[in-house]
Amino acid sequence: MGQEFVQLSLTPMLIGILAAVACALPGNFLLLRRQALIGDAISHVVLPGIVVAFLFTGTVSAWPMMIGASLAAIFAVVLIEAIKRVGRVDAGAAMGVVFTAMFADGVLLLELSDTSSVHLDVEHALYGNLESLIWLAADGWGSLADWTALSEMPPQVGRLALVLALVSGFLFAFWKELTISTFDEGFALSLGIRARLIGFLLVVTTAVAAVAAFDAVGSIIVIAMFICPPASARLMTNGLGHQVAWSTLFAGASAILGYVLAGYAPLWLGAENSVSAAGMIATVSGFILGFACVLGPKRKRIGAAREV
Amino acid sequence: MENFLSALFLQSGYNSALVAIGAALLGIAAGGAGTFIFLRKRALVSDAAAHATLPGICLAFMTMVALGGDGRSLAGLMAGSAISAAAALVLVDWIVRETRLPEDAAIGAVLSVFFGFGIVLMTVVQNMTAGRQAGLESFLLGSTAGMLFNEAVTIAIAGAAAGAVLFLLYRPMTLVAFDPEFAATTGIPVRATDLATMGLVLVVTVIGLKVVGLVLIVAMLIIPAVAARFWTERVDRVVLIASLMGGVSGYLGAALSAAHPQVPTGAVIVLVAFSLFVVSLLLAPARGVVASVFRHLRFQRRVHLRQGLLALARDEPIFDRLTLKVLRGEGYIRGDGVATLQGRATEANALRDEARWEVAREMHLEGSLSGRFDGLNAIEDVFTPDEIRELDRQLGGRIAVVS
Repeated sequence: MGQEFVQLSLTPMLIGILAAVACALPGNFLLLRRQALIGDAISHVVLPGIVVAFLFTGTVSAWPMMIGASLAAIFAVVLIEAIKRVGRVDAGAAMGVVFTAMFADGVLLLELSDTSSVHLDVEHALYGNLESLIWLAADGWGSLADWTALSEMPPQVGRLALVLALVSGFLFAFWKELTISTFDEGFALSLGIRARLIGFLLVVTTAVAAVAAFDAVGSIIVIAMFICPPASARLMTNGLGHQVAWSTLFAGASAILGYVLAGYAPLWLGAENSVSAAGMIATVSGFILGFACVLGPKRKRIGAAREV
Repeated sequence: MENFLSALFLQSGYNSALVAIGAALLGIAAGGAGTFIFLRKRALVSDAAAHATLPGICLAFMTMVALGGDGRSLAGLMAGSAISAAAALVLVDWIVRETRLPEDAAIGAVLSVFFGFGIVLMTVVQNMTAGRQAGLESFLLGSTAGMLFNEAVTIAIAGAAAGAVLFLLYRPMTLVAFDPEFAATTGIPVRATDLATMGLVLVVTVIGLKVVGLVLIVAMLIIPAVAARFWTERVDRVVLIASLMGGVSGYLGAALSAAHPQVPTGAVIVLVAFSLFVVSLLLAPARGVVASVFRHLRFQRRVHLRQGLLALARDEPIFDRLTLKVLRGEGYIRGDGVATLQGRATEANALRDEARWEVAREMHLEGSLSGRFDGLNAIEDVFTPDEIRELDRQLGGRIAVVS
């Protein structure tokens, strides 16, 4: 059990957890700022970024692609903001225009350029390939202390750990500014906090988290993890600190449970093949949100009623 | 190019003609239906519906296989996708009503969870013996290569039905989109109307699966509506223009991709729609960027002219370069900044009108709120000659009137 688990399941699970938490953390603030769908938009525009990076470099190495995807995400955010202001269009519609057009562009570029020799396709971009990120060099739990074996780990583990550290560092360093500008932008401005800059940095952080997670697990988990764990956590508590803690817990739980259900449950049921881990993680996070909607102690809206 | 032209005139074969007509019909229906969700500011609800079709498609396929069919009947798959998309819309509505989560979070959550579950089911289908050739992935990005006649007819019928519903519910949907509370007081059932709008979106989404695929169908709903909004301030025209733009994008996109078969139809259609959007954003006379910039410059000129004339009349020095330039351009001052004869006359008029405006603002307090008393409108355009005489009477001998 030990050796097989460490070789085949430990790294995908670890990557799943890291990706889920890295997305859920900034997701808390996006949710409160009514920008939850920015994650959706970003995860779509990552595709053209990656394709353009591939066309420039001719390889599928990770860093150029991550830079390309981050630039595409930032470009999309700026474009959405420009269309909102210049065209006087509401945020949702501006987002819908930009991310669909950029995604279509990515699909077109992908089909027109010769990518048959490399592993780059739309399906992979949508649901990733978590199951394939195995750690063959390991021969048991002892390998975790073995430097040569550790260096053979899938590089996504290190990258995601780095991004998670970056994201948590950003939230930790700007906690006060983020909190104040999220709840009361006018007050933040009067305190001398550059609220717009903080908002932009949050979106950049989101983009970095989305791109790193996307590389490992595909865009569908990214959208789910931006929204579902923070939304569930929002229904559990009124404190922002507690909400972030709950969302981390929910994200981790979705990743572990989703991976186990996808990898092992079909075999227990007598099927021969496992199902998509990325899809299952998203599904589990949805079930957690469902429970929170029905049972969460702070699920009800108090005060002003919803607009019609 | 030749291929494109022949496809454009439906000359490049039965299949591509079928696809072009089907895509145009889809675009027309999507443009019309999309207008109302855009005006209701709920454009991205359609994204949730579109992504949520995936589990329905897979479940419909599995059911049809379990019942002994081959599972690839388009009508069956469409029915399945409609059911799961409807479930998603109901869930979004339920989350927003029953919990304190905002609508965008509900949309994102439902979208990603349904899509994730769809991916799970898709891997199950791919592991089935019948599933290997199912080609359900083609619904992600659409595939028009093997479109059959009865599939085109299905799209046409569903599109016509959507058009009929749109025509019948045009008035209530418009009212609800702009002012739901007013609509409620006039006896329009707001919730039912919203549901009908969502039903339209659902129909368009389902018929769009085959042509543009579920990831991009939301573009067909949003982009033409947003683009059409730049051209006019009237709902009926927005609906017409959006339908037209949708139809044109569908038709042109299909023709373009018929000329280049390796290019996916859905992506081309969306990019054609997006170029129409860019053209509208820039060039539309009502709300386009170029028109706005032009209007802004004209307004700026008027403000500078007015302020410059008042400054001249009060013998204040003018330093602002634009003001000097405008005054010089009108021939009111000479190169060295001294007023010309014509300038003297106009500045006196400006001063007189400013004094009249001051009295007018005191007399009509409520009028000054309307923004027409900013001094930029000629006073003769706002008041009748009688009223102006009354203003002058109140002014008394305070200024010399130069006419």
